[in-house]
Amino acid sequence: MLRIENLNVYYGNIQALKGVSLEVNEGEIVTLIGANGAGKSTLLKTISGLLRPKQGTIEYLGSSINKKAAQSIVKTGISHVPEGRRVFSNMTVEENLDLGAYLRRDRANISKDLERVFELFPRLLERRKQPSGTLSGGEQQMLAMGRAIMAKPKLLLLDEPSMGLAPLMVKTIFEIIEEINRNGTTILLVEQNAHMALSIAERGYVIETGKVVLSGDAKTLQASDEVRAAYLGGI
Amino acid sequence: MEWLQQLINGISLGSIYALIALGYTMVYGIIKLINFAHGDVFMIGAFVGFYAVTSWQMSFFPALIIAMVLCAILGVVIERLAYKRLRNSTRIAALITAIGVSLLIEYVTIYIRGAQPEAYPKDLVANKQINLFGADISSQSLLILGVSITLMILLQFIVHKTKVGKAMRAVSHDAEAAKLMGINVDNTISATFAIGSALAGAAGVIFGLYYTKIDPLMGVIPGMKAFVAAVLGGIGSIPGAMTGGMILGVIETIVSAVGFSLWRDAAAFIILIIILIFRPAGIFGKNTREKV
Repeated sequence: MLRIENLNVYYGNIQALKGVSLEVNEGEIVTLIGANGAGKSTLLKTISGLLRPKQGTIEYLGSSINKKAAQSIVKTGISHVPEGRRVFSNMTVEENLDLGAYLRRDRANISKDLERVFELFPRLLERRKQPSGTLSGGEQQMLAMGRAIMAKPKLLLLDEPSMGLAPLMVKTIFEIIEEINRNGTTILLVEQNAHMALSIAERGYVIETGKVVLSGDAKTLQASDEVRAAYLGGI
Repeated sequence: MEWLQQLINGISLGSIYALIALGYTMVYGIIKLINFAHGDVFMIGAFVGFYAVTSWQMSFFPALIIAMVLCAILGVVIERLAYKRLRNSTRIAALITAIGVSLLIEYVTIYIRGAQPEAYPKDLVANKQINLFGADISSQSLLILGVSITLMILLQFIVHKTKVGKAMRAVSHDAEAAKLMGINVDNTISATFAIGSALAGAAGVIFGLYYTKIDPLMGVIPGMKAFVAAVLGGIGSIPGAMTGGMILGVIETIVSAVGFSLWRDAAAFIILIIILIFRPAGIFGKNTREKV
């Protein structure tokens, strides 16, 4: 579904991604784990068109999307839940969700999807008319995910959904990610919480200072010594 | 009932400031630029309205609409030609460019048609004195107030209920997140300039109707006062610009009414100094503390 080959991305003179290749197949949950500053968010931003690669290709559903503007990439069915949620805190929960469906014209289906979002996140239904800036971190994460789902994505990019959340909330969020995936959305999940991420993913990639250093089946990665040493708190 | 009369005069004047201030505040809200050329768009609006009623024999409302449309186009052209390429440069570069655009519009206008002033025809709109609670109020003041309030309600509707309005609010809050919603940020910024400039154009025609005399440098002082109004209300805030404009208009009228009419213009800038010292965020200003 998504094939990235030999991607090089720079911030000015600093190279943030060094020849990254990665693949996501339809229906999968694929996770990308790594430390702070490894280039995880950079990769997601490049996929969604916020950053431009210097070299390399991003192929999505058989066609290249490297040169497309961010808004056209959303149209092709890729939704990106950015790091730090980035909800529009000056607007209500409902207005945020409406903006998620900004490019859609099929009104009837939009209200159906809104109901679906409220089923996934009952908390958002309770807070529907509330300014989203007043939500807790976990609720804002739910809103950011709900907003992305409103675009009806085929591929959902999640950037550190567990960041700053209490363990119980992390568990809830991950259960919802699995449910979104069961409903037919492919997921590329960026995480620092390697244990949680690998436990729901089919496959994983480990990224270090802009390079993919390990990849494979999630179970294998979870068992590998390198991953355990670096990300799972010792052997 | 002298005071009621003065109050209505003040509000009419204030509604002109408010219409101009809205453009300042909307543009600031979305690209953090103080568009100093905005007062000149107001001037162009006044001239378009003038030519529409004198050369093309239009009546008031069609002239108003023509002025709004042409100013909207002018606003978009200014944004695309002058400001767009500076979006990632320093704010001071854009600010200086805005001053340059302002001078360019003023002196190109003088170059094309000369610096001589013009006068709006007196009989453009029938002016009657209406007696209200013992105060003599001109029907023109009421018309001005009516048009301004209608435009402000329309603006509120656009900003809160339409797709482009929601996109504008989203971009002004977080342009990158807005892109991820599929919002075309460039077009949204252009729409903001179009709407803000259309309001300035309307203010220009109303100004011509009210004060009669217009000239190519007429935008400078009202433009600066509208800027003060926007800061007073809280730059970036739409209700702030409306309230700030009204307050400024009323204060100026009061200052004149009590016999200090020479101090009228100074009043606005004294207010600016006071706000900047005591409440830099303005009346409706957002708390600048950011939650991380």
